[in-house]
Amino acid sequence: MRSPAERIAFTLNGAAADVHTPPATRLSDLLRDTLGLTGTKIGCNAGDCGACTVLLDGRQVCACLVPAGQVAGRAVTTVEGLAEQGRLSALQQAFADQGAAQCGICTPGMLMAAADLLARNPTPDEPAVLDALGGVLCRCTGYRKIVEAVLSLGRNERLPVDAAPVAGAAVGARLPHPDAEAIVTGAHRFGADALPESAFLTLRAVRSPHPHARFGIGDLAPLHARFPGLVRVLTAADVPGQNLFGIYPTGKDQPALAPGLVRMRGEAVVALVGDAETVAAIRDEDVPITWEVLPPVTFEDARAGLGPDLHAHAPGNVLCRGRVKTGDAEAALVASPHRASVSVETGFVEHAYIEPEAGYARRVGERIEIVACTQTPYMDRDELALILGILQAQVRVIPTATGGGFGGKLDLSVQPLVAIAAWLLGQPVRCVYTRPESMASTTKRHPSRITAEAACDADGKLTAYRFHGDFNTGAYASWGPTVANRVPVHATGPYTIPNVLNTSAALHTTDTPAGAFRGFGVPQAAIAHEALMDMLAERCGLDPLAFRLANAIRPGDATPTGQVLRHAVGMADCLEALAPRWMELRAEAEAFNRAEKGASRRGAGVACMWYGIGNTSMSNPSDMTLGLARDGTLTLYCGAMDIGQGSKTIMAQIAADALGVPVAALRVTTADTDLTRDAGKTSASRQTFVSGNAAKAAGEDLRRRLLALANAGPDARLVPTPGGIVIDDGRRSVIPDLVRLAADPHGDVLVGEGRFDPPTTALDADGRGIPYAAYAFAAQVALVEVDTALGTVRPLRILAAHDVGRAVNPIQVEGQIHGGIAQGLGLALMEEFFPGRNENLHDYLIPTIGDIPPIEVTLVEDPDPLGPFGAKGIGEPALIATAPAILGAVHHATGVRLTRAPATPDRVRAALLAAGAAR
Amino acid sequence: MGSYLRPTSMPEALAALAAGPRIVLAGGTDYYPTRVGRPPEDDLLDITAIGALSGIVESDAGWRIGAAASWTDVIEAPLPPLFDGLKAAAREVGGVQIQNTGTIAGNLCNASPAADGIPNLLALDATVHLASAGGERAVPIAGFVLGNRRTARRGDEMVTAITIPRPRNPARSVFLKLGGRRYLVISIVMVGAVAEFAEDGTIATARLAVGACSAAAVRLPALEAALAGKRPDGALVTEAHLAPLAPIDDVRAPAAYRRDAALTLLRRAVEALR
Repeated sequence: MRSPAERIAFTLNGAAADVHTPPATRLSDLLRDTLGLTGTKIGCNAGDCGACTVLLDGRQVCACLVPAGQVAGRAVTTVEGLAEQGRLSALQQAFADQGAAQCGICTPGMLMAAADLLARNPTPDEPAVLDALGGVLCRCTGYRKIVEAVLSLGRNERLPVDAAPVAGAAVGARLPHPDAEAIVTGAHRFGADALPESAFLTLRAVRSPHPHARFGIGDLAPLHARFPGLVRVLTAADVPGQNLFGIYPTGKDQPALAPGLVRMRGEAVVALVGDAETVAAIRDEDVPITWEVLPPVTFEDARAGLGPDLHAHAPGNVLCRGRVKTGDAEAALVASPHRASVSVETGFVEHAYIEPEAGYARRVGERIEIVACTQTPYMDRDELALILGILQAQVRVIPTATGGGFGGKLDLSVQPLVAIAAWLLGQPVRCVYTRPESMASTTKRHPSRITAEAACDADGKLTAYRFHGDFNTGAYASWGPTVANRVPVHATGPYTIPNVLNTSAALHTTDTPAGAFRGFGVPQAAIAHEALMDMLAERCGLDPLAFRLANAIRPGDATPTGQVLRHAVGMADCLEALAPRWMELRAEAEAFNRAEKGASRRGAGVACMWYGIGNTSMSNPSDMTLGLARDGTLTLYCGAMDIGQGSKTIMAQIAADALGVPVAALRVTTADTDLTRDAGKTSASRQTFVSGNAAKAAGEDLRRRLLALANAGPDARLVPTPGGIVIDDGRRSVIPDLVRLAADPHGDVLVGEGRFDPPTTALDADGRGIPYAAYAFAAQVALVEVDTALGTVRPLRILAAHDVGRAVNPIQVEGQIHGGIAQGLGLALMEEFFPGRNENLHDYLIPTIGDIPPIEVTLVEDPDPLGPFGAKGIGEPALIATAPAILGAVHHATGVRLTRAPATPDRVRAALLAAGAAR
Repeated sequence: MGSYLRPTSMPEALAALAAGPRIVLAGGTDYYPTRVGRPPEDDLLDITAIGALSGIVESDAGWRIGAAASWTDVIEAPLPPLFDGLKAAAREVGGVQIQNTGTIAGNLCNASPAADGIPNLLALDATVHLASAGGERAVPIAGFVLGNRRTARRGDEMVTAITIPRPRNPARSVFLKLGGRRYLVISIVMVGAVAEFAEDGTIATARLAVGACSAAAVRLPALEAALAGKRPDGALVTEAHLAPLAPIDDVRAPAAYRRDAALTLLRRAVEALR
């Protein structure tokens, strides 16, 4: 029972507030649930993430840790209180302009922490900013643009923004995100902020505490009798359609509710549906579940072929294998004068988006509507139709703002549970995951065990590469096949090598499922290939960067799959861009070490990466439409899901330039399966390249239609005006009469349609073929300082050169690079998830604002002939080179090569001691 | 039945505790995180409205840190170098949000093996003041923390203050914390050290304590003895001085690493006392 409600009077955003609430209620719940101020976000309810930061008497506090009773008579300021008379504060404006917000879920907390600082210290230096904002975690931005935004206020400067580019100048403009104002005012609605308009029920899943067990459910009548607010307890028997889902048509193996057997800790067993207080008050142990615990199947078991098969479709617990072969790697390894081998081990990595999964479902007649955070509305729709046993057309997915995804919100989470409940009960049903629930039950990056060998000739030209990677795909298939297929294609790195044999296997275990996470296994493989490049360079007596440059894949070279890359191969350009600073940093590190008397050693490392854009050898089309309404309104119907990476801006910039109007003239309707066409998933770094091409085609198509209507020449200018659009080809100026045209259900009278599916081919048994239509390339350099006595590694600077084809929006490209680097740094140094042991954000560590060093970005723009205005993807490429660059830097600093990631202080120290390199 | 009391006087608070068990709550920074996904349904005693418990007061005898004093209160208080270590710890506890609400007394009563405050309080030779309806008592810090989340506080008692005696000689202090990232991090190992110096610059008395390397932070008497009469020199710290430590393997680090890192931090702490 909760304490009885009391009257609490306080000042809220400058106005008197008077509430009745139990005084032990968290201030965050009071603000959100009672007062409707959902600008204050909840990421953990444990003081670990700072998303709920508000000011209490002018000082930053975590609203999730403050009892409502303590605010009596005091002043609370939330993000909703920052703007004055509808005008953004200078702080909010700086965040909006500078890309300091991406997904926006941490932004209110960041703003409040910064507001506290600036009120006390209007001209803070960087250390003061880091200290003040150190209690708020961000997973998207890499923090640097946040630091720059706060510092810019103290310097009273406004950084450059292209707020309103003219027609034809949108691509390449530093355009703020159209949702930025909603984000910085707290108005942006995430999964937990969207509520059904009518009365709703709340759902809470009871989850398995065991990794592998059978179970039975006893008589539920006593539970219902004890908790009258409990409306329904859903079990596997209640699933109306197929109680199996999964990404691949052949890989549907995960139940929405376990049918008597669980294969992972955190698997949903029953779902309690009732009023919010009741389902929160029921303890798991109150539910009559009897467990028969079975032995787990560990990664080691699966690799050794031990343990029972977890799925009939995966004999020996092998979900699938991947293979790419060219030439004769075995013979070439033996014949080559220089040879190196490496074993790499990595663990589970948690996406740690600051927004836990949340949303609701409502039944509308014979249709179901899902309002939830997601990266992939159309795949959600199709899967939910199967689970409910209804047609796809009966499912509408209306995504909320999504507070970070990184691959983790490509799989279903709350959706099947709320959909089943709402479908059966006829009432809206809502579910918000707790942080531990999110971490225990959702996908992770695949742990890997990699062995790799490479060889080169006496001049340092690579001759052979052999790789095998085992990947722990956990209890269910999820995106395991994607990892198994993508890794062998990429495992050599971006180098020309004539003899290659790359193999992989995805193995089932009773661990948390591993699925999609920014890079699909390629970041793990990159640790191996970059270690080998360093080792071979050393053996040849060559500089590591020079060795890579000599072997970099170039236009006209064939990849290991036999694909000849003709254009847009910017690998060498990236390395050349970094070369001067690389030499400086190497020399700087070596000079530091000569002078250093204590335990610190500095080093610089370089790493390269390449990444195929879009699905591997599989169709992944995007469709976009651009409509013109009778009143001249232009609407881009954009099914590409913006999860903070900025596709809403990117698509509008591309479509506007294709149509030939200022980007400000476009309205964007974002993903809603009833309103927009399928633009695929926000994954595989595909939205800019694939959906961007569709947006471009839609713009061009509408332009053709408009010019035909006015019988205007191809170079005519289009000038949107109130009530219509002026078409001027220099000879005459026409305003077409749109009113006489028939309107479609959206009210549009002319619609441009665009579709793009990257041209690829299937891979044969040896992995030969054209898996991707375009590749991104990058090189990164890390400068680190190692405390050899403690084993701690502190990155001091990261340089990143990325071949993005064309930077459609440089602010966002930089933001993706910063954010990818931060996640790569986490992978290298601190992040490892252990099921059941660190399902929270204080035991599972992601980088804080104090862990990310200054980042120097160089954009290499080698236009891809297939890309929209030359653009390629950047989401995943941003992350992949960081960890190997850092580990290479540790080697340069200490002579010790860490191949177990993350390189935590204890592992670094142990490696130093083993090598006799400790001080 | 969960009830929430927020009295404004000590007698009211002590009467409430005498009537039955209650969780004493100040900053809430340890209470709410243990109840993620659960409604706060415990019987609570919120002590933050009791004026007598706030603030940090200096007297001839020393300093008194009220039970409701926050980490930020410590950071902002005008305190001598004796408290540099405690101030450093205050800046390393959570983020500024936690520092603004979390209390030193709460950190002590929660008695986590990784509590950042406790090694400093051991090094400062603090005394814990407890009150109940039956009276008051004072317990030396080393006798207060009994183990992992276990203290000498009885259910009907609450901590009212922590006092720090004024040192006889000029004193300096240091706090070193090792964690897996820069902010918001639970310590792998931390060291609190206080030294009083004789006029010739040698150490008159030293107190050093290590946290997160045993169920409760402990002082290292053999090391303290070895430092007495010497000038601060990291080389004086030996592995044998770590005998009182009993580190464990956990998700943050293995035991062997903790022991190794403790030795390094102790040496650096002694050097930093120079």
